[in-house]
Amino acid sequence: MKELMSLTALELGEKIQGGEVTAVEAAEAALSQIHRLEPVYHCYVTVDEERVLGRAEEVDQRIRRKELTSPLAGVPVAVKDNLCTEGLLTTCSSKILYNFKPAYTAEAVKNLENIGAVVIGKTNMDEFAMGSTTETSFFGPTKNPWNQEHVPGGSSGGSCAAVAAEECSCALGSDTGGSIRQPSSFCGVTGIKPTYGTVSRFGLIAYGSSLDQIGPVAKDVSDCAALLEVIASYDPKDSTSVQRRDCDFTDALREDVRGLRIGIPKDYFGEGLNQEVRERILGAAKVLEEKGAVLKEFDLSLVEYAIPAYYIIASAEASSNLARFDGVKYGYRTEAGEGLHDMYKRSRSEGFGTEVKRRIMLGSFVLSSGYYDAYYLKALKTKALIRRAFDRAFEECDVILAPAAPDTAPRLGESLRDPIQMYLGDIYTIAVNLAGLPGITVPCGRDSRGLPIGMQLIGDCFQEKKILRAAYTFERTRTYEHCPAAQEGEGRG
Amino acid sequence: MRQYETVIGLEVHVELATKTKIFCACSTEFGGAPNTHTCPVCTGMPGALPVLNRKVVEYAAAVGLATNCVINRRCRFDRKNYFYPDNPQNYQISQLYEPICRDGYVEIDTSAGPKKIGIHEIHMEEDAGKLIHDEWEDCSLIDFNRSGVPLIEIVSEPDMRNAQEVIAYLDKLRLIIRYLGASDCKLQEGSMRADVNLSVRELGSEKLGTRTEMKNLNSFKAIARAIEGERERQIERIEMGRPVIQETRRWDDNKESSHAMRSKEDAQDYRYFPEPDLVPIVISDEWLASIREKQPELRTEKLLRYKKEFDIPEYDAQIITSAKKMADIFEETTAICRKPKKVSNWLMGETMRLMKEHGVEAEELAFSPGNLAKLIELTDGGTINSSVAKEVFEKIFLDDTDPVQYVKEQGLQTVSDEGALRAAVEKVIAQNPQSVSDYQNGKEKALGFLVGQTMKIMKGKANPGLVNRMLKELL
Repeated sequence: MKELMSLTALELGEKIQGGEVTAVEAAEAALSQIHRLEPVYHCYVTVDEERVLGRAEEVDQRIRRKELTSPLAGVPVAVKDNLCTEGLLTTCSSKILYNFKPAYTAEAVKNLENIGAVVIGKTNMDEFAMGSTTETSFFGPTKNPWNQEHVPGGSSGGSCAAVAAEECSCALGSDTGGSIRQPSSFCGVTGIKPTYGTVSRFGLIAYGSSLDQIGPVAKDVSDCAALLEVIASYDPKDSTSVQRRDCDFTDALREDVRGLRIGIPKDYFGEGLNQEVRERILGAAKVLEEKGAVLKEFDLSLVEYAIPAYYIIASAEASSNLARFDGVKYGYRTEAGEGLHDMYKRSRSEGFGTEVKRRIMLGSFVLSSGYYDAYYLKALKTKALIRRAFDRAFEECDVILAPAAPDTAPRLGESLRDPIQMYLGDIYTIAVNLAGLPGITVPCGRDSRGLPIGMQLIGDCFQEKKILRAAYTFERTRTYEHCPAAQEGEGRG
Repeated sequence: MRQYETVIGLEVHVELATKTKIFCACSTEFGGAPNTHTCPVCTGMPGALPVLNRKVVEYAAAVGLATNCVINRRCRFDRKNYFYPDNPQNYQISQLYEPICRDGYVEIDTSAGPKKIGIHEIHMEEDAGKLIHDEWEDCSLIDFNRSGVPLIEIVSEPDMRNAQEVIAYLDKLRLIIRYLGASDCKLQEGSMRADVNLSVRELGSEKLGTRTEMKNLNSFKAIARAIEGERERQIERIEMGRPVIQETRRWDDNKESSHAMRSKEDAQDYRYFPEPDLVPIVISDEWLASIREKQPELRTEKLLRYKKEFDIPEYDAQIITSAKKMADIFEETTAICRKPKKVSNWLMGETMRLMKEHGVEAEELAFSPGNLAKLIELTDGGTINSSVAKEVFEKIFLDDTDPVQYVKEQGLQTVSDEGALRAAVEKVIAQNPQSVSDYQNGKEKALGFLVGQTMKIMKGKANPGLVNRMLKELL
């Protein structure tokens, strides 16, 4: 059974369409992998087996009736727990939503269900997507399938680890400041943060509304492109949704980078970047050059302002977005509250974790009268400047090549002690969100401890196809490395 | 004694007459069982996103145009953050930094002649839900049916000096907004709410005094009383050497006094910031032109036109144009029967009387101009007399009855048959010798009594001119 899970989503989908494998068998394969590995890796918050098998059966019937013909029909997909799923717990890995069952399904998930993908479970994450390690989850951390002493990254750590551990065929994550690209790098999988507005945010429980974007995580570029093609849609329910005509992403999967201008931002390869990571990524750049791409170094020094700008904007939006979690309508309410304001205070103090409270306070502070201009407004101006810096860069190059993180996955418990250090870890991913750009992470090797390293490729707005083409061309020079944890088990025992 | 001047500015909230809410497709209909006009958006469910109702922008711009405002071609929404259970997201989507309309005015009539009251801005926002406190169960319940109903807030400049000007300003706003069909503007039902900002200063002083904001004003009368009360309270404090405190006060119209709700010191910091879930609104030339095109003729223009087109007294024109519905009926009826003065008489007389009697507002008038026109024809042609006409009009007013058919069915045509009339008149003369002799002795009034008696016998349907003539002849 586990062989089914070692396939890519498209390979499995092909077998399902061909009648070789049923959606139920695929779901059972994923569930058995979940049974085997969850006690150690804890990628999921919720797996409702009955629901999964029921859905899979329905999908099988519809495939037999030729109603479902998508290459991803019947494929088990994991969904980050900040995406609403009707009637299924959606917690954002927070105590404050420990019992929340939405009345509706997020648009992106609905798009997946419509083509017959089977939602296998809801994945663990940093609480409300605030964190870079999946350790701020109220339900406990997820562990890196490559080494359980290490974190999977975050905040979409559950989704990325579930793909690496082969507890699903592919997954959805969300990326506000690197939350898909960084854990993809740490877990040795591929993940895309699409251009802002490409995937509807309707049903995504907001962290930083102007930065949040849902994206695919999978074993390879082809799966990611296929998945993105399904979830990308213009949605009138999301006012920031963009009407695009170029969502045929799988069309870009061509092995050809001849003449493609690849920019290497000098500032991204300086101090603070782990030596081994630098070598692997520059090595990958070399491979692309050999394939015909033209490498160009350029200056992107504004990046040092990206982190403060990001933490101000994201926290400000979060402080307002998370105000609705107050114990009144749904979710956790304190037992002890006396009167309205005490109830608010206690429910929120008890319901939110430390990192979430830190960002709510930071966000409330920067929006306070007297500080708004000095912080929030300045951060917005910085955001505009960063956007302009990227505009200039994309006059010179088609794709920007960068690390996804300064280092490989840290050990569990190392990061939370020093939040500033953790925030600095977002340096290579954050500017992309501020500018609304698409970015992809693809595996490009491992460090001496065996931990995966990912390379990030960044495109101009709506230029997913360029980064897909570069990523695909690079990927074709390597073979996918299955993580040992995913492959152990039955074979050995 | 020092002389004081009152300085007043108004914040007027108006609920817009859209069918659906400002950010979702839920109905705005008043009433309805609690929480039946709700969805994930207007109940603040996680992951739900607002989508702007275009009609709200159109109404807001229409009000702005009608009040001489600059329409900002690019505006956007901001979030106003505060915790309260009637506000499901714990922030209200409103406009602070870039409202839709700015720098307008309306002209009011004062004893000293016309006066311009400046409008600082008009912005769009969403209403909150309603809290119901259940004393019996000792708990509070929330009804989100109102949550997300569209509002505009019209903020005036501090240009008013007394209650009369305030009432005139509110009257003018209400008239304009009703003409536009943007709202029914009912103070009692809360579809129009006014908060009064008031300060006093010594006459001749340039500097504004410290102001207070008065809330909970549910009628024009309450507003007038509150202004008087607050003016006196502030002057009293100043005279006693105590400063006026900048605060929000709540008017209690039963006690005719107010009490402080919150002072400036504990005023909340709303932490406004641009709403990231909505994109800026760009009002294109075409869009604005189409809104402008749909603007109805407003009262001032109507009055001018009436003067030119119809020969009716200024006073009549004032009253007829005081409600768009009334003016519409006037114009449509006149277009059919071409007798503006007669139409005006029906509207000024019987219509107003019946409206009062049945508690009907001008906007609720439901009879059709065609039926009123027919009635005027029936009267003018002598088919029915004026007292019958009044009876028939009541049927038209209440049920929009076709007068021609009604008169026929009920046999209300004037009787002009001389034989029948003569018999009746002779009978009246025989039965009322006293009145006959009174008349013959020069008491003209007695004739009226005899006419009345004849009409009574004829069940009101006699031709009164004929009866008069016949009586005179026989006497």
